[in-house]
Amino acid sequence: MSSTPQLESFVTQVRRDILRMVHKVNSGHPGGSLGCTEFISVLFQNIMERKPGFEMDGIDEDLFFLSNGHISPVFYSVLARSGYFPIEELNTFRLIDSRLQGHPTTHEGLPGVRIASGSLGQGMSVAIGAALAKKLNKDSHLVYSLHGDGELQEGQNWEAIMYASAKNVDNYIATIDVNGKQIDGTTDDVLHMGSLKEKFASFGWDVLEIAEGNDIGAISNGVNEAKSRTGKGKPICILLYTEMGNGVDFMMHTHAWHGKAPNDEQLENALSQNPETLGDY
Amino acid sequence: MKKYTDTGKQDTRSGFGAGLTELGRTNPNVVALCADLIGSLKMDQFIAENPERFFQIGIAEANMMGIAAGMTIGGKIPFTGTFANFSTGRVYDQIRQSIAYSDKNVKICASHAGLTLGEDGATHQILEDIGLMKMLPGMVVINPCDFNQTKAATIAIAEYEGPVYLRFGRPKVANFTPENGKFEIGKGIMLNEGTDVTLVATGHLVWEALIAAEALEADGISAEVINIHTIKPLDEAIILKSVVKTGCLVSCEEHNHLGGLGESISRVLVKNSPVPQEFVATNDTFGESGTPAQLMQKYGLDSDAIQVAAKKVLKRK
Repeated sequence: MSSTPQLESFVTQVRRDILRMVHKVNSGHPGGSLGCTEFISVLFQNIMERKPGFEMDGIDEDLFFLSNGHISPVFYSVLARSGYFPIEELNTFRLIDSRLQGHPTTHEGLPGVRIASGSLGQGMSVAIGAALAKKLNKDSHLVYSLHGDGELQEGQNWEAIMYASAKNVDNYIATIDVNGKQIDGTTDDVLHMGSLKEKFASFGWDVLEIAEGNDIGAISNGVNEAKSRTGKGKPICILLYTEMGNGVDFMMHTHAWHGKAPNDEQLENALSQNPETLGDY
Repeated sequence: MKKYTDTGKQDTRSGFGAGLTELGRTNPNVVALCADLIGSLKMDQFIAENPERFFQIGIAEANMMGIAAGMTIGGKIPFTGTFANFSTGRVYDQIRQSIAYSDKNVKICASHAGLTLGEDGATHQILEDIGLMKMLPGMVVINPCDFNQTKAATIAIAEYEGPVYLRFGRPKVANFTPENGKFEIGKGIMLNEGTDVTLVATGHLVWEALIAAEALEADGISAEVINIHTIKPLDEAIILKSVVKTGCLVSCEEHNHLGGLGESISRVLVKNSPVPQEFVATNDTFGESGTPAQLMQKYGLDSDAIQVAAKKVLKRK
């Protein structure tokens, strides 16, 4: 369990990793990655019960599935800095012969990744399957997943959302990164989805909101509250309200950095806002 | 000509059901998922005996494929069941990303494949599924020929680690392979040795090929008949060995000639031993409503069509 200052250092370093990774290959998705940095860091550092090493089966430990695979930079950085693989390997992001593919995959054997994601809308079904297997195995650990809000426009999610409540998949916490943005603009402009809170609730989920989705304390409190509500017959949904590009002033309050890398000067500016803490890779 | 006896017509989907039932008794990791077609997939007995290992997903095949992928992560061996159309084309990207690319040990079990689904018509008669599935890296594609072989294949794929597409059908057809026979993935079966022409068949067309071979024999033509139940990986050796002897080949399948078994064989032949080949398959077309026998005749997939193709290819030698 990390203290809040330790977590803050961790988060700052992950931000640096994200920025340096996408800058080096001039590709990748920094905006959503930065928006979810606090959440994924808190989850891996302070919430999830994880076993040392990596076994695909994940028996007797909590599992995490990243459905919005394009935010792979934050996933890779947190995995590396949580001990799944050497941090030097972050240098290989999106390069030929790398285990750090543009979107996460099991295919190259990267520890910490249990499913390929990137083609959107598939992660919730997979997470539900893993949760069902845990029940069959009498394994009381939990399954977590993360999804983009725009990703909910994919129909498969609603098949999964309907199933999870109908079948009482109550060892599962799905978090929606509500940043209100997608590639072509705001989610309201591209395809207005109405109230996600009401939608999940009407599908029979227990819904929590974390209004300050980039605040470490708020995330910890919210996810711990979600954990306390598991095992009561309902799947849990966390609506995590985040700011895309959080921690880099010029990347915030815009969808421009969804899938764009900073140039040299922009990188320097962004890194100066996030001084090195744990040591660069 | 070696004689094969039909021990009583049965549907291959019932062979799947029987195999799944046996797996329920012998392998505690096997779980079954279905998208609202329990009766059609003959899953009733497995469900009765293992209710806790059965998952009714509802009419939501995409979700079913993802849930199956996720269950492998806890060490389960999921068998998904729905019609072939809804097992492949409808959920291609889910299979591609969450199962094939993710190397998940899911068994995609698909009934009502091809024209012999019959009266429901073209919306349900997929003739493209073998092509779709064989193109996915790492996917094993199996199309057994009768009840006994489908049962054996169902049991065998549980022992194999990796994604498998198992294709079977709706109508009652001749049951002629050995009861409780051993099923070896990727190993073709020599059903009849011959010298003039090689008939390579898969699925329901294996029996048709045997009937055709008998009729050809009466016309003085010696046909070698090979049962290719596994389209991928393809038993190249048994095919190449045969055409060295016969010098020509007819491929027989209840599938589009584009993307099916025939094209897989053509690739092997042109690379190793080019000989004339004819295709008994559908000709880039959708199906239609009708009885299975009417459809097989109209679309040129019965034993008569195989005889015609054999005589045609012989002339091209």
